[in-house]
Amino acid sequence: MIFLKLFYVFSKIGIFNFGGGYAMLSLIQDEVVNKHHWMTIDEFTDIVAISQSTPGPIGINCATYTGYTAVIHEGFPTWAAVLGAVLASLSVIWLPFILMVSISKFLLKHSQSKAVTDIFGTLRLVIVGLLAAAAIMLMSKENFGDPSESVFTFVVSLIIFFMSFVGTRLYKIHPIIIILLCGLAGLVIY
Amino acid sequence: MSTYTDIFLTFAKIGSFTLGGGFAMVQMMEKEVVDKKQWLSHEEFMDTLVVAQSTPGLFAIDMASHIGLKLKGVKGGIVGALGTALPSIVAILLIALFFQTFKGNVYVEKIFMGVRPCVVALILAPCFGMASKAKLSKTNWWIPVVTALLIAAFGVSPIWCILAAGVGGFLWGQWNK
Repeated sequence: MIFLKLFYVFSKIGIFNFGGGYAMLSLIQDEVVNKHHWMTIDEFTDIVAISQSTPGPIGINCATYTGYTAVIHEGFPTWAAVLGAVLASLSVIWLPFILMVSISKFLLKHSQSKAVTDIFGTLRLVIVGLLAAAAIMLMSKENFGDPSESVFTFVVSLIIFFMSFVGTRLYKIHPIIIILLCGLAGLVIY
Repeated sequence: MSTYTDIFLTFAKIGSFTLGGGFAMVQMMEKEVVDKKQWLSHEEFMDTLVVAQSTPGLFAIDMASHIGLKLKGVKGGIVGALGTALPSIVAILLIALFFQTFKGNVYVEKIFMGVRPCVVALILAPCFGMASKAKLSKTNWWIPVVTALLIAAFGVSPIWCILAAGVGGFLWGQWNK
């Protein structure tokens, strides 16, 4: 039964995922392509590309699309595939959510204790490093273009990067506006 | 102050405009939840990041559930999580149903060439504001630097950094009683 399998597989993916969306992609690939053969590796690559170019958490995007495709592949009609898509997405969420409920309750109760204050005081510093690391790792050819291929793209990317940074840090422009402007810039410039 | 509708719409808005995954969402979430709605202080927001990063599940969804839980209990958490997830589900379903050619579209690709470097800047930007909120000082500046190095240069999982820092912070607190 494809729906039960989707529920099981995506619940598993949700609870074993620690590294955020990108780490989840490899988990999904392993289950969906290698183990269950719901789609080929080419189809999966397409899904990753689509997940990255649509808004929202990448893990949810990928689960939605995978759920849809897997049900279609089993020969079900479109409405069943839509159900499969919603099911797969919600399956990713529910187990971590239950865990989060208990963690949040615990933290709210002990938020004034010395141990929790000490631990979170240090962890706030770590989060700064963690965000910096995420940004550093994204400074790649995929996001900025390859200077050996096109100097123009690379320079434009750098300008967009600095302007976005200044816009959000110094001028406090809302991120939504910055994203829209940069999309428009890409459309006009390239 | 905060109603379920308010929580849902705020997170749906954040979910609708996040390209590039959970970390890209941080800047927007801070703006909406801390600056605009004032549901949390900056410090509480950073604690949310810590909790979301150190628990399983998707970063953005974890953040939304944690904030929702803080505001309105379990129902608030559900509303926050669904608000974040719903725009994605709808967008992907529309693409799956109608726009099979979306991926190869030349205009979409152009837009994304502009958006990608911007997303990197949006991820980097909150670090600086947070550094002061985290009480960065002459004695502890190495903690974020070492963390960033371990993760970006040596491929260490963030989970280990969080675990080590949590244990370290606890022991340091005991030592300095």
